[in-house]
Amino acid sequence: MFGFGLLSGLVFLPLLGAALVLFQRGDEAGDRMVRWISLWTTLVVFVLSLIAWGRFDIANAGYQLLEKKQWFDATIIYQLGVDGISMPFVLLTTFLMPICIIASWNSISFRSREYFAAFLVLETMMLGVFVALDVVLFYLFFEGGLIPMFLIIGIWGGKRRIYASFKFFLYTLVGSVLMLLAIMAMYWDAGTTDMIKLATHPFAPKMQTWLWLAFFASFAVKMPMWPVHTWLPDAHVEAPTAGSVILAGVLLKMGGYGFLRFSLPMFPAASVQFADMVFWLSCIAIIYTSLVALMQEDIKKLIAYSSVAHMGYVTMGIFSLNSIGVQGAVFQMVSHGLVSGALFLCVGVVYDRMHTRDIAAYGGLVEKMPLYALAFLLFTMANVGLPGTSGFVGEFLTLTGAYKASTWLAFFATFGVILSAGYALWLFARVVYGKMEKPALAAIPDLDRREILMLAPLALLTIYYGVHPGPILDACAASVDLVIKQAQAGVAPVKAALLMLTAQ
Amino acid sequence: MTNTLSQVPAFGPFLAEIVLAVAALALVLVGALRGDSSKRLVDLVAMGALVVAMLLVIEQGPGSFKTFNGAFVSDEFARYMKVLTLLGSIAAILLSSSYFRDEKLAKFEYPILIVLSTLGMMVMISANELISLYLGLELQSLALYVIAAFHRDNVKSSEAGLKYFVLGALSSGMLLYGMSLVYGFTGSVSFQAIAASVQGGHGAGVTFGLVFILAGLAFKISAVPFHMWTPDVYEGAPTPVTAFFATAPKMAATAILVRLLVDAFPNVTQEWRQVVTFMAIASMLLGAFAAITQTNIKRLMAYSSIGNMGYALVGLASGTVQGVEGVAIFMAIYLAMTLGAFAVILSMKTDRGRVEAIEDLSGLARSNPLTAAMLMLILFSLIGIPPLAGFFGKFYVFAAAIKANLFTLAVIGILSSVVSAYYYLRLVKVMYLDEPRAAFLPVGGEVKLVMMLAGLFVMLFWVYPAPLKDAAQAAAKSLF
Repeated sequence: MFGFGLLSGLVFLPLLGAALVLFQRGDEAGDRMVRWISLWTTLVVFVLSLIAWGRFDIANAGYQLLEKKQWFDATIIYQLGVDGISMPFVLLTTFLMPICIIASWNSISFRSREYFAAFLVLETMMLGVFVALDVVLFYLFFEGGLIPMFLIIGIWGGKRRIYASFKFFLYTLVGSVLMLLAIMAMYWDAGTTDMIKLATHPFAPKMQTWLWLAFFASFAVKMPMWPVHTWLPDAHVEAPTAGSVILAGVLLKMGGYGFLRFSLPMFPAASVQFADMVFWLSCIAIIYTSLVALMQEDIKKLIAYSSVAHMGYVTMGIFSLNSIGVQGAVFQMVSHGLVSGALFLCVGVVYDRMHTRDIAAYGGLVEKMPLYALAFLLFTMANVGLPGTSGFVGEFLTLTGAYKASTWLAFFATFGVILSAGYALWLFARVVYGKMEKPALAAIPDLDRREILMLAPLALLTIYYGVHPGPILDACAASVDLVIKQAQAGVAPVKAALLMLTAQ
Repeated sequence: MTNTLSQVPAFGPFLAEIVLAVAALALVLVGALRGDSSKRLVDLVAMGALVVAMLLVIEQGPGSFKTFNGAFVSDEFARYMKVLTLLGSIAAILLSSSYFRDEKLAKFEYPILIVLSTLGMMVMISANELISLYLGLELQSLALYVIAAFHRDNVKSSEAGLKYFVLGALSSGMLLYGMSLVYGFTGSVSFQAIAASVQGGHGAGVTFGLVFILAGLAFKISAVPFHMWTPDVYEGAPTPVTAFFATAPKMAATAILVRLLVDAFPNVTQEWRQVVTFMAIASMLLGAFAAITQTNIKRLMAYSSIGNMGYALVGLASGTVQGVEGVAIFMAIYLAMTLGAFAVILSMKTDRGRVEAIEDLSGLARSNPLTAAMLMLILFSLIGIPPLAGFFGKFYVFAAAIKANLFTLAVIGILSSVVSAYYYLRLVKVMYLDEPRAAFLPVGGEVKLVMMLAGLFVMLFWVYPAPLKDAAQAAAKSLF
């Protein structure tokens, strides 16, 4: 229709769903209708993304399913496409969305129209980020997601929701506006905002440094990297369950995706120049936030800090600049999307029953909730990185990549694995094991059908990718190799110039 | 005979202004004969005249036409800015009718003063020499002084009018002083002649004059440090008048500022750029920080408009064709956002009467979801969050600054927009996260219309931005 293709449909269908949702009546029947519309929209989007996946050729490293249209003028265009790096994230997003809708089914008791509409708008923005191939279009989606997320945290969040939503919004905005200035500078330098052309445009080394830093400001906040991670625990703790799932599952991945899409191919010289800095920041993040996680009293906060630590592996893998590390980073992001999403769902399950997230309020849940204990155990193990779960593959590959880049780095980063076992197992022991002593817990019911329905697919994929990581790794292999080649090609002339200088 | 005829100026380019002048005079007559009962009729005819003027402006087609011995020019830029100004004026009349009826202020002079002031603005936008500039500027200002004090039994409104008048007169004085210096040192009032005269270097006198002219015009766009009147006048004037102040005169004053600097002083960019850069930075910072503590929404909008003028000046500071294009796009989007915001403010009417405190918006999302949604869109757009229109306005002015290597200016500007995000977000918070208060009474259709149009424009601009972008581009090119 009008020459728009599959990806446009994928991106804008949720927006249509959101419009439909807003036009429902506000009574009880309308509220039910709202939930079904949202569920069907996200399911159809998921099917569309599977169709896209079916048409996707993994041997092709370039962009596929391309769509191109005039937008502002000949330079700022509407261009969509996917490659091996973005495809896994598109699928991750479309896969998590129906689960989020199901997770919100009963827990959202007021203003459900706005809630589900916000979620659907958010899906459009997230998918847009991963398929946009024009920097301005990318920025539009990247920033646009702030509005629904601000509302989701601010309206349906916990006690300190206002503080958390402001902090989330302003932190992210500060980083992003600097990136916006960099986008403008790139626009004037290259005369285009087409990301395919920008990837091969040679930016001057000095300019690369500034551009890299500006993009870093945005992605590091989004990721989040230490020391700009402090918004994340607040946002996670206060957000409603589904909000946390999306935040951990998809929004955090935008930072890593941005590094792969912009920093490496477009500013290769600067990426090499700053790789050490990123390594040490990642290393600090892994160790420091793991230690902080050990001390948390709030289940959600603990998982939030563990997210920061796991994102440390991702940045480390990306800037190892070898294919194992980068593939591992992509894998780790997908795996973390599934695992941390599932963990937040697990927290949501008990929160819906007890309305508290204090670790101390629980204990001995295994007696009353055996199924829950099983699911929670699986995801905890995946979070720790137990072999056989997807968490292991990601950590192993990124650490291998880091080892190639710097032995010391890998040495220190590995401590994170031990620490993560510490905080995750301790959390599990305190919540699930022990004697059930609290009288309030006596009547707690086990998982119901709806909750099994939302956790089961995640559990399946966590194990499936743990024993058979091939699909994701193969999908991104060709594109990752291309990105690394671009990065190295960009570095080569700089190195040659340096050699010339030193030779003189 | 032919000789005399050829001395009569061509009226073609001036036709829209003639329509407005005749309409204003005819309406004064109608009003004087039939009294305040003719308010509705006068409203309609005034709006009709403005619409006709707008059609005439659009219809003039491409090209640059000069008349009155080159004192008046109608080019793409003038036409673009005139359309914006006229839209602001039409909205100002549209938004006023129910307000003035409620306040028992339905006097026929209001639309006439708007038309007169608009006439002044159009002359100002098309001014191609200092004399016609001043003529237009004074015509618009005098009308504005009167309507600021339109609520004449209200102390605040009278104070607003008086304050505006005294400070406005002062700024006119500075402007005239600057003009006389420029005239004295360059020997001409025509922009082109001034440009030719300063081309090969110039003395301190011209710089001096230029600075005074800039000060006078800065007053009109309420750029810091000539912004002092803005919060008081915005707060004191009747709300539809404030909506008018925040839109149409800003369009006109920005237009003439751009034209003057680009046409008359193209070769002294380095010198006026310092002044404009300073005003831009100061306005953006003051707009961002001073608004944080405001509790009255009209005062908040005053600081917001100061900040926004700062962003417009960022585009101007680059002094390039991209910069002017950025200013043109920015002003169009600013117009829509401001009108939408004031439409919402005008609908803040409870059974206690009209309210203006930010807290009165509490829980609006539940009592008036549609109004709240529109204001929320406008506020996010004012912050500059894509895909809303405000983002693209800022995008183009900052892109121009980057292109002109004004990195410091761009960084300060964009960071101050983050600061401003805080107070816009606070409004969203009040509407969406706080407990509801008394619901607003239903408002007139015309207020809703303006609100919806502005909201839809802000929300959907990104879908089809090419027409505005192309028009702004053509406008900017016509100046260079």
